[in-house]
Parts: sequence; structure tokens; C-alpha cells
Amino acid sequence: MSRIVIEPPGRLNLPPLRELWEAREVALTFGQRDVVLRYRQTAVGVLWVVLQPLVAAGIFSIIFGGVAKLPSGGVPYFLFSFVGMLVWNAFANVVSRASSSLVANQALVAKVFFPRALVPLSTTLSVLLDFAVASVLGLALLVAFGVSPGWSLLLVPFWLLCAVLLALGIGLWAAAVMVKYRDVAYVVPWVVQVGLYATPVAYASAAAPANLRWFFDVNPLAWVVEGFRAAFLGVGAVPWWQAVAAPLVSLAVFGLGLVFFQAREREFADLI
Amino acid sequence: MSELAVSVQGLGKTYRIRSAGPGPTRATEAIVQAVRHPLRRPVYEEFQALKDISFEIPFGEAVGIIGRNGAGKSTLLKILTRITAPTAGRIELAGRVGSLLEVGTGFHPELTGRENIYLNGTLLGMRRREIKRRFDEIVEFAGVHRFLDTPVKRYSSGMYVRLAFSVAAHLETEILAIDEVLAVGDAEFKRRSLEKMRSVAQDGRTVLYVSHQMSTVKALCTSALYLDAGRLAYQGPVQGGLDLYRNSFEQAAETARQAARRPGTGELRTAEVTAESGSFEVAQDKVIHLRIPASDRLTGPYFVSCHVRDRNGIDVTKCDSRLVEGWFDPARETRLKLSISGLWLPPGRYSIDVYLCQMGILDAWEAATTFEVLPELPYAETLNDEAIVGALVLCDFGYEEEAT
Repeated sequence: MSRIVIEPPGRLNLPPLRELWEAREVALTFGQRDVVLRYRQTAVGVLWVVLQPLVAAGIFSIIFGGVAKLPSGGVPYFLFSFVGMLVWNAFANVVSRASSSLVANQALVAKVFFPRALVPLSTTLSVLLDFAVASVLGLALLVAFGVSPGWSLLLVPFWLLCAVLLALGIGLWAAAVMVKYRDVAYVVPWVVQVGLYATPVAYASAAAPANLRWFFDVNPLAWVVEGFRAAFLGVGAVPWWQAVAAPLVSLAVFGLGLVFFQAREREFADLI
Repeated sequence: MSELAVSVQGLGKTYRIRSAGPGPTRATEAIVQAVRHPLRRPVYEEFQALKDISFEIPFGEAVGIIGRNGAGKSTLLKILTRITAPTAGRIELAGRVGSLLEVGTGFHPELTGRENIYLNGTLLGMRRREIKRRFDEIVEFAGVHRFLDTPVKRYSSGMYVRLAFSVAAHLETEILAIDEVLAVGDAEFKRRSLEKMRSVAQDGRTVLYVSHQMSTVKALCTSALYLDAGRLAYQGPVQGGLDLYRNSFEQAAETARQAARRPGTGELRTAEVTAESGSFEVAQDKVIHLRIPASDRLTGPYFVSCHVRDRNGIDVTKCDSRLVEGWFDPARETRLKLSISGLWLPPGRYSIDVYLCQMGILDAWEAATTFEVLPELPYAETLNDEAIVGALVLCDFGYEEEAT
């Protein structure tokens, strides 16, 4: 039988990894609930998941490919921006769902104990499911456009993991702040929207003027999106240093987010 | 392994309340404030919800945690269940704590009964395996097997509550914390819930039970903790705790009799409040007499408001003299007779809170007097209490068959 000791929280509350692992079923159940809820009582369920990136890719290929005539590295512009939207959506959805998750589950946080970090972390499950559905369509598009990426496809999970870790770090941080300051709820969607244009999702960073290059070199999201696209389409590659730095930065952002969240975890019930 | 299920040493919980006006609730406000006054620290007032509490509970006990409103009962339970953190002291728990703090938290209305059992069960600390094993038992106890695949939003409130309670009651945690939930459902379900809780304790596990309902504490618990203003004032047999609890009401009334210690500006204080009789019948007019002395510290008329409060602290009715054009002159002594007619109160004990007000509250006298309503119902048929249980007020009513 395990003994539980409760003491006043110290200044630095390290994440209780063992406890998180033991309560993994809670995260699973949460994830399951999110998925079930989203598809129940919707008429076309899964269709929304693929419709959104399809329409976005269509718009981008008209504006950036058709009107602005930006280069896409020899890949059909529609496919190019669709793949960008795939990884961008995974990132953006984790950020927005994780950041609002604590407040959305207010009653639980105030009434039941479980490791709080599970709430934002569990949002990943439903996002990954969406990603899986959309990427099946992505693979179909590869075939339809006759693009063969080859072995580089195997790197897709690696870049996805980087994107999710980055997103979770930000999401955990935002969720913890939102407990006290609700206006974070308005800021997050706006920042995500700006981020979409600040990151080479709908265009290639190569298309940007040379005096703006530095901007994409310091934006880890740019590395991840371009790395993901290069892996998915099998064309081009990110500089080697970005491939090395991306997982390190992602892990660091995730770790900092988790520590920040954890340091505030025990006052959530009093503040929310 | 030690025999102790719970051991608490020097437990304290302090809330910091910002005293200089409302604090920023928006990040922008907080930033603006920090920029404008970079050196000013927010001023906090400390509120000690719990002070230096120590106790030990062995396995197999059902402990009732009692005390008046605001004594810290719920805070204590929240700390024991780790929902909120203490600010001082140390707690050791020999096992998992399952909590049932409010029926149905963690239920999602869109999910079916079956899905909610799993969701709620895991949230409360059960493993999927455990839930699967006890699934049939849970469903049977709640009596909802026909509706397992219906979303709970379509459940009747009774079914909802029964299912929620049932999930929590089948928790296999070593320690079970319950906050005032046995008060749900019909009489039959209440009886079964109590029985279930008792059997949990007999299995050698530990039950912590917070309640205002002295009858269930008496029926369920083997010992009691009595909290008074954040301190542990008593630990021992249930009866002793209950006596203290009852006395505390008289003490509070005693304190309030000393006018100077009551809230309000004090420019005028009620001198005397008496019920015409110590007991009234259900349908009888309730008559209260008030005496308010003259005061030269107050100019202009004031008004009186009497609140009738039931045993559970609920204001059953408010008799504000403004509603009947009652304004009184503070220059001379005023004797008032308040007759409350047409109010059928269920049998039980009631107290009268008397407020004197003008611009603000001059005098607030809680429980200035009390009276009893006799347990005889003014209806043609005598039934047991079940027919009126839970009713805040009674009334004169009738059923007539209409022509169809």
C-alpha cells in the first residue's frame, strides 16, 4: 500500500512523473471523451476534420500560388500548402485546446483531485486522431499528384513530435495563466492566427526576401513546418542544424511549460 | 504497516485576501498596474481557514466532521483529498483517497451512462480493471440498467444522482471522503446509501464524512471531529461532538445578545425580540414582538427586516417593513408586533434574524429569537414525514377532479 504525504508546496514543484504515469488512464479517458463528444451529434463528423485543411489549402494555393505566384519547390501548390496545414493544425489545435482545457473543466479542477497536467496533456489525443485522419487524405493526395516522397516519410513522426511538444509547452503555460487571467483565452487564438502567417505554412521560407531570412532561422516553428513538409513530400531539406536544434528546443519548451504549470498546480482549485 | 489511516500534524491553511480593493483579474490590468506602480506590493489580508490541526484516525472508522458554517470542514476535506494544498503542517495517508465532494462532478451530459461510469470512475481514482469488475454492481445499485446507453442529459435528476453516488460508493480506495451527499435521492435510496457507507467502514476502510445533518452523522459515524473557527475543538465519540455542535448555536446566540458585539453601525440597536410563544402550529400566525429603544445618534426614519431562517440556515421568508410602508422614528422607543400569516412552516426549529436599516445596516442580530413548529400537520390525512420531506414551506392545497 502506498503512503501519501501531503505537505505545503515548495517554491519549485517538480512534475511528479510517477504520479502522472500512474494516472495515465485519466488522460486516456479524457481524450476518449473529447473524441466521442466531438463526433456525436455532428452530421458529418469526420468530414470536418478533412474539410478544414482542404479549404485552407485551396485558398492558399489560389492566393499564394495563383495570384502571388510564389515558388513551391516543384510541388503542386495545393499539395504543398495542404501538407503545411497538416502539421500547422496539429500545432495550433494542441495550443488552443490545451490552453482552454483547465478552465473548460473548472468543476473538476475545483472538486476532484488528479494530476492537473493530465487535462492539457490529454488534448493531444484528439488532435492526433484528427491528424491521422487528415494525413490519410494527405497520402491519397500524394498518390493523386504523383509525388513519391520515398523513405523520408519515416521522418514525419519525428517532426510531428517536435510540433506537439512545442505546442504542449505553450499550451501548458497558457492554461496555467488562464486560471488566473481569463483574457488569455482571447489572446491565444489571435496569436495562433498571427503565427500562421509568420510561419512558412502557406509559402516556402525560400520565397521570402533575403533580408527576412533571419526571421525564419530563429523561429523554431518554421524549422518544424519546413522539416515536416520536406519529409512528407520528399523534396528539399532543412539545414542540418535545424534538424538537431528542433527536438532540443521543443523538449526545452515542453519542459519549461510543464515546470511552470506544476509550480502553480496546487493553487488552481483556490483560484479557478 | 501502521494501523493509522490518516495522521495529521499541525495542519494550517491560510488564504490571502487582497485587501486594497479588487485585484486585477485581467492580465492587461495586472500589467498596467505593475508598470504604473513598479514598487507597490499588493496588500494582503490573511485569513486562516484552518489553524494548527492535529489528529489521527485508525482504519475501520467512520469519522464525522462537524462544525458550524465556515468552521473549515470543507477546507479540511479538500486538503485531505489533495484538491487544494495546505500552507502548514503534514498529512500522512495510508492509501488512496477517493472523494465524493459533489454528486455528478465529472459527469458529462452528452455521454451515455456507461461512458460516464468509466469517466467518473477513473477520475475518482479507480482503475479501468476495477470498474469493469464492479460494473454490474454499480449499475444494479443505481438501478439504471435500462438506460445505460442513453446520454445522461436525458436522465431524470433522481437517476443522475443515483448513478453518480453509486460510482463513488463502489470506489475501492482505502479512504473515502464524503461531503454532504447522502442528502440526495428518495428515502429508500438514502437508506441504502447509508448502509453502503457503513459497510465500507466495516470492511476496515476509513470514511470521512462532512455533514450538517446530525441524524446521518449519528447513524453512520463511529467518532467525530468538531471544528470551531478553524481549530479542532473536539475529537471523540459522536455524541460529545454533537452536543458541542448544538451548544455552539446557543453560544452564538448568547454572544449576539450583547448588542455591542453585533455587526452594524450601532447607531440603533434592537433591545428585545421575543416570539409570542415558544411553539406554533404549522398553519398558525407566527407572532414576534420587538422593542427598539430611542436613539439620539440617528436622524430620520429607519426600517426593520425580520428573516425567518430554518434549521439549515435557509431564509424561508423575509418580512421587510418597507414593503408594508413601515418606517419608524428613532426619536422615541418603538414596540412592534410582527404577525406572519399565511406562512405554513414544516415542523422544526426556526430562528428570526432582525435587521435595522437606514442607509446601511444599523444592527444585524442573527438568531435574535427562536421558535418551534409542532410536528402536527394541518392536513386531513396523517401520513409519515415522507409526504413533506425536503419541502421548504407547506401550503393549503387541494385536488379536484375535473370533468374530462
